[in-house]
Amino acid sequence: MKLAYAIPAAGIAALTSAYASAETITIATVNNNDMVIMQELSDRFEEEHPDIELDWVVLEENVLRQRVTNDIATEGGQFDVMTIGTYEAPMWGERGWLEPLDDLPEDYQVDDLIKPVRDGLSHDGVLQALPFYAESSMMYYRTDLFEEHGIEMPDQPTWSEVRDWAEQLHDPDNDLAGICLRGKPGWGENMAFVSTLVNTFGGRWFDEDWNPELNSEEWQTAIEFYVELLGEYGPPGASSNGFNENQALFSSGKCAMWVDATSAAGRIYNPDESSVADDLGFAPAPVAETPKGSHWLWSWALAIPATSESKEAAKTFITWATSQEYVELVGEEEGWTSVPPGTRESTYANEKYQEAAPFADFVLNAIREADPTDSTLEPNPYLGVQFVGIPEFQSIGTQVGQQIAAALTGDRSVEDALNAVQRSVERDMERAGYLD
Amino acid sequence: MPKRASGRTVGGLRSLSLQAPAVTLLLLWMLIPLGMTLWFSFQHYNLLMPGEPSFVGLENYEYLFTDPSLWRAMGNTLLMVGWILVISVGGGTLLAVLFQQEFKGRGIARVLAISPFFVMPTVSALIWKNLMMHPDNGVLAWLTESVGLPAIDWFSWVPMTSVVIIVSWQWLPFALLILLTAIQSLDEDQVEAARMDGAGPVDIFRFITLPHLKRAISVVIMIEMIFLLTLFAEIYVTTSGGPGLATTNLAFLIYIQALLDFDVGMASAGGVVAIILANIVAIFLVRLVARNLEE
Amino acid sequence: MSAVQTKRPWVGVLAWVIALIIFFPILWMVLTGFKTEADAIASPSLFFTPTLESYVEVQGRADYPKHAFNSITISLASTLLALLIAIPSAYAMAFLPTKRTKATLLWMLSTKMLPPVGVLMPIYLLSRDLGLLDTRTGLTIVYTMMNLPIVVWMLYTFFKDLPRDILEAGRMDGANTFQEVTLLLLPLSMPGIASTGLLSIILSWNEAFWSLNLTASKAAPLTAYIASFSSPEGLFWAKLSAASTMAIAPILIFGWMTQKQMVRGLTFGAVK
Repeated sequence: MKLAYAIPAAGIAALTSAYASAETITIATVNNNDMVIMQELSDRFEEEHPDIELDWVVLEENVLRQRVTNDIATEGGQFDVMTIGTYEAPMWGERGWLEPLDDLPEDYQVDDLIKPVRDGLSHDGVLQALPFYAESSMMYYRTDLFEEHGIEMPDQPTWSEVRDWAEQLHDPDNDLAGICLRGKPGWGENMAFVSTLVNTFGGRWFDEDWNPELNSEEWQTAIEFYVELLGEYGPPGASSNGFNENQALFSSGKCAMWVDATSAAGRIYNPDESSVADDLGFAPAPVAETPKGSHWLWSWALAIPATSESKEAAKTFITWATSQEYVELVGEEEGWTSVPPGTRESTYANEKYQEAAPFADFVLNAIREADPTDSTLEPNPYLGVQFVGIPEFQSIGTQVGQQIAAALTGDRSVEDALNAVQRSVERDMERAGYLD
Repeated sequence: MPKRASGRTVGGLRSLSLQAPAVTLLLLWMLIPLGMTLWFSFQHYNLLMPGEPSFVGLENYEYLFTDPSLWRAMGNTLLMVGWILVISVGGGTLLAVLFQQEFKGRGIARVLAISPFFVMPTVSALIWKNLMMHPDNGVLAWLTESVGLPAIDWFSWVPMTSVVIIVSWQWLPFALLILLTAIQSLDEDQVEAARMDGAGPVDIFRFITLPHLKRAISVVIMIEMIFLLTLFAEIYVTTSGGPGLATTNLAFLIYIQALLDFDVGMASAGGVVAIILANIVAIFLVRLVARNLEE
Repeated sequence: MSAVQTKRPWVGVLAWVIALIIFFPILWMVLTGFKTEADAIASPSLFFTPTLESYVEVQGRADYPKHAFNSITISLASTLLALLIAIPSAYAMAFLPTKRTKATLLWMLSTKMLPPVGVLMPIYLLSRDLGLLDTRTGLTIVYTMMNLPIVVWMLYTFFKDLPRDILEAGRMDGANTFQEVTLLLLPLSMPGIASTGLLSIILSWNEAFWSLNLTASKAAPLTAYIASFSSPEGLFWAKLSAASTMAIAPILIFGWMTQKQMVRGLTFGAVK
């Protein structure tokens, strides 16, 4: 018995022993490559700022999102820096959960931030989070295959052209899919892509009075097109492929075309990580009825929760990690294709970057042209291109995503799936008080 | 008789005082969170919405019960629990008999076969998803392709089966471990006598081994059921409940309907419904199991 | 019986084939951890040049010793606590049963069936108010409560099968309850207690929902370590396998070493 008591006692003593040290800030971030580089290079920051110690919590995206949202909404106060996106920043800013970033130091050059990205992270014109990297969507294709089949890529491809090319290039016997697209259900996975497709086919999530329009003719056409395109000319297992899976497929030469995030460009253009780096072509995201909302806008950004007790130290860190100086540091240390893209005009003006990254102009244009405030042919009441900036959207988007994945696997017809989600979204919106 | 009666009262008091720590703690554990859950379930309380929670009566329950996905999710829950129990207990029993036989390296083979039970559910789901069942570079795809068949796209063609396979892989070793132990106490003489009387291996299994294992099987069912009713990590990692609602069980439905948009009121109502369902299942199954345990 | 069996060599072959099939996913994961990312997605092959590349990278990115230390302390502490609370209670239920004993036991087990997703918020808010977020103490308490019903129930079945006359004799000799428990019951039921404890350690080690939601950095156990390597961008199969191998290795080896013990305890308790 003595022993049995002694062990927990020793355990508790170990648990409570506190130790004093420099100011520690806890940073919650996603396990994406750019953040991993940030974590590696943060030694430099700690050298420059010996009074600040960094404590990292790196989690996969979905886990991280749930974790930080819990924390901020309940004022748990466990993090000093949170990695959030353009979906969260304005909403959380509105609720006063974030430290407004209006008095940034002169040398941060806040005007250098690309405008749509900056706007996307602001509430009432005040920045709520500093962009770490930003992305839009575009098309990647294999120039060798296009040449072989005598296809020429126009300046602005259309979806019906893409369909024809996919048909020509699709070659399952040789492990080659005509096109790879997101199929894995989730509001940030298949629905990010599907929303842009619906936008360009002329549809929208909600009308101006928040009535869902998911079984409209535009949705019908867009989803039927998506199901046919990806079902017929997609890779096996398309309904469980998200961004990562598709990137792995494309970079190992298993897709002829791929429409996805611009932030993948650096990696699939890097010969160490990609076997198709030499035959890589870029084009804007395809359009159908309208160019509006045909490509998305997303940014991962660093924010300081209002509950943080080390706001100054946290601010010192986030201004460092999103600075021009940091971009240069990554360029020198990791190579210029690895710099966090999409945030600063100066990155794109940098000759070294332009030289190393032939896709730079496509990316910059796509980001500049994305407009979260006006993303659909007919007007809508929400903020966001590939998402709807309301708290209910995570659940709504994921449920719709599941039904669309079911339509993709042939579990149910497109019409059935859309009618079902229309009903369930109506219910959710009613419950949330948007509809009477 | 009087002696017994008095002993009982004294025993009852002692019994109560000894049980007190565990019972009180579990009561607190039950009452505080469950009480809070019950309270929240009558509130309109969304973490992401400004303003204080407000009392809405049964609204959360109304939404939950009119949700067409609820019945499907309940069905899925029972289907999953049922299949996994059948596979792990059935397979575990057969394997227990097999691994009871003497053969070279039996100790090592047993250890290998029970290993999956020690693997974290998240890790096992990740291994199966990325290394085994991946339609492109998974081992299973490579196997089917090497015999000239197309790769099976597990999570979109047979999502339920895939989840059942993964979870059974984790729990079959547990059943094996317990049943193997139980089978070792089987009376050899009885088996030998039966064999003398001309009983074949199937008869021996059916009339001697199986009745002997009855109690152990009850234990396995009981423990597994507790975990399977709240199955979450494996679904979260592999299918995210899809495609459609194909693999959405009650725990996952609560997650997607409520926790995902931080609707605490709905999540709580879902939790209350889940525990009621669990208790209904428990009353049937546990009673059955408990009867076996008494023998 | 053994004489009969040796005449059937196919039994051994069949058993070995099945054992290897069951173990294969784990073996494959360990092997993949020693591949390069490119080899990891190439067609499956047992022959490749092993490399420690992934281990080095994984080690550079996350503090393995910290997470492992948390996993070890939390699962040991919660198991000891659960045993300490459960032993008197199981003793009472086994030797001094009342009318309500069975109902109490059933009720305890039913508390385990509450899906964690439904009670996340209450527990999270409580932990926050008690200052237990991201502390080993907080997670230890949650795990203790989580495993308590199973621990009580297993101990109860062990105790119930103990020869009563020995305890009776002890009581005749004037032993009080405390002496009865410590001098007679515990030594007699040590194997049962050990196997219950081992099961509880395994369950705590592998729990992933609470550990992810209630910890951030200081108290994060190995399940959180895995969450930082699952589905990132780019090629991740080899790194994920390396991290997974490191996360399950301690408990797997622990399980291998103690399985005889687990089995010995179980033989005379629940599954006699």
